[in-house]
Amino acid sequence: MEAIQEHKGLVYPLDRSNVDTDQIIPKQFLKRIERTGFGEFLFYNWRFDDDGNPREDFTLNQQQYKNASILIAGENFGCGSSREHAPWALTDFGFKVILAPSFADIFYNNALKNGIIPIKMEEEQLHEWMQDAADSQFVLHVDLRNQQISDEKGNVITFDIPEYHKEKLLNGWDDIALTLLQENKILAYEANRN
Amino acid sequence: MGKPETIIDKIWKKHVVHQEEGKPDLLYIDQHLVHEVTSPQAFEGLRMNNRKVRRPDLTFATMDHNVPTINRQVVKDEISKKQMETLKQNCADFGIKLADMFHPDQGIVHVIGPQLGLTQPGKTIVCGDSHTSTHGAFGALAFGIGTSEVEHVLATQTIWQERPKSLNVKVIGDLGPGVTAKDLILAIIGKFGVRFGTGYVMEYTGEAIRNLSMEGRMTVCNMSIEAGARAGLISPDQKTIDYLEGREYVPNGEAFYKAAEEWLALATDEGATYDHTVTIQADEIEPQVTWGTNPGMCVPIGGNTPVVADSDHKEDVKRALEYMGLEENQPITSIEIDHVFIGSCTNSRLSDLEKAAAIVKGRKVKDHIKAIVVPGSFSVKLQAEAAGLDKVFTEAGFEWRESGCSMCLGMNDDIVPAGGRCASTSNRNFEGRQGNGARTHLVSPEMAAAAAIEGRFVDVRNFAGVLS
Ligand code: SF4
Repeated sequence: MEAIQEHKGLVYPLDRSNVDTDQIIPKQFLKRIERTGFGEFLFYNWRFDDDGNPREDFTLNQQQYKNASILIAGENFGCGSSREHAPWALTDFGFKVILAPSFADIFYNNALKNGIIPIKMEEEQLHEWMQDAADSQFVLHVDLRNQQISDEKGNVITFDIPEYHKEKLLNGWDDIALTLLQENKILAYEANRN
Repeated sequence: MGKPETIIDKIWKKHVVHQEEGKPDLLYIDQHLVHEVTSPQAFEGLRMNNRKVRRPDLTFATMDHNVPTINRQVVKDEISKKQMETLKQNCADFGIKLADMFHPDQGIVHVIGPQLGLTQPGKTIVCGDSHTSTHGAFGALAFGIGTSEVEHVLATQTIWQERPKSLNVKVIGDLGPGVTAKDLILAIIGKFGVRFGTGYVMEYTGEAIRNLSMEGRMTVCNMSIEAGARAGLISPDQKTIDYLEGREYVPNGEAFYKAAEEWLALATDEGATYDHTVTIQADEIEPQVTWGTNPGMCVPIGGNTPVVADSDHKEDVKRALEYMGLEENQPITSIEIDHVFIGSCTNSRLSDLEKAAAIVKGRKVKDHIKAIVVPGSFSVKLQAEAAGLDKVFTEAGFEWRESGCSMCLGMNDDIVPAGGRCASTSNRNFEGRQGNGARTHLVSPEMAAAAAIEGRFVDVRNFAGVLS
């Protein structure tokens, strides 16, 4: 996993709650056996019509969001299926940070494992930024080390993220290698297990 | 005696391999279930890092998500075929038991686990699939994981987990006649919403839960994830023991009695406390139908779709009604359907099929409706056929298929077309779930069967024979 310390990027506002992973990446694209190449199918049924043409009424298709890398969404983002194809599609598309009032448990973990920073934050500030990003090109700066997000209007907020998740993101650590440092304990457990 | 504990505490304690202040616990995994869709990248990761599967003996694989349910011999879709071939190769390379498409043990992963007795009380069970919560019906701690975690479990047989909070979902009283486990879980999600379980492991308790069959309990636990909970479970009792006795992977003879004693001792102690409790009155629950695009959007069969102006989430309700092609305040019984799907890991077990068959017996599916029954496993299919259920269904106009996930998510050819409307016994009514533009209404097998006959939703309790 690639390390990430901070990120400055364009915000895309998705003002919907309970965005499920079936929407993030529909099932017809789950058949690939690689981890890459899912970006073009992100939000597929929202972005494209039945003939595969971009839907103009879905804002992510608009020119101004072309290089968006920070997603702001409504509550319970990533609910439903455990498919890790969802964060794969989001990173592949270019998203590095997701801000939402709440996340579904499995998605939250899956995002972290792929170097995406999922940030839970207060609805009020979130809605202000969502509006800002809907009105014009809007940039946020996320500083993971100091757990701060700042906008260009001078607002700075701090956010919570469990320390061990932060460490792993900052260093890009591989979970399995970390776990295998405890291999003696696993062996001991197995010896006692009936 | 120590402090009274919940079953969640008891299972957790037994599985901690490593604990450190400020970090999640490292938990040992007793059973890892694998399927074709969420595993290829995990095996690839092992190969790239030159790692082995630590405990192939605690790992079991099957193919379910994209297997065809007719003409198994020819998988027309090249990519699906490749995914299944990849699983076969991976299982061969890493020494994992596989029930492939033609194997007698094949079936939906959450149907075959209990059926084979791989699912047992007190086990920690994971699978790269969010409905792994199903196995909680046996008093196992079972939850869905992502592909990176699948790789982690394959390599280490452990997983890092934050100690979850416990939530007691207490069901008071008993369900009325004609009201099923599916109606119960839909009513729970309808009442408390699609995220009340986030961050929790739920334990379902109360008289109505005790009175459910093991298959009914599986239906309830299956949909825990639709309430946001990674895991939902039920303390084991004599029914649990009776169900498991004699199954392939369950110990037998003396060992079984010893195991059974340990299993019963896992049940939550009298006086144990939970982080949170919610209660619901079972006898007030009626057969449920979802009207919207998440499982919490459901109403009793006698109800109507919501009125946008009266709802707390106006935008969501408006969007959902629009997607579903429904008016506000529309009676549920006025909704006409064109597809019926009886199947999925929620409702595809023998008793589900028996109950649906009892409704359709001697009746006919409405002309324009495409109705399919997809048994949850090869073994369920055989048992149903031995009981003549296939005949009952086909004579009524249903198609009788091979086992798999099928129209629950439409990764194979079993798709509801855009604008189509399906009465489905599955667990997710998300936009596009059963096919791009498809509209899904979640119901019990009985309600789906009745809808097939009438061509619209009806109260199954009015069907002759149901209330007797
Ligand atoms: S039946 Fe549906 S919900 Fe169950 S495992 Fe298969 S796809 Fe998932």
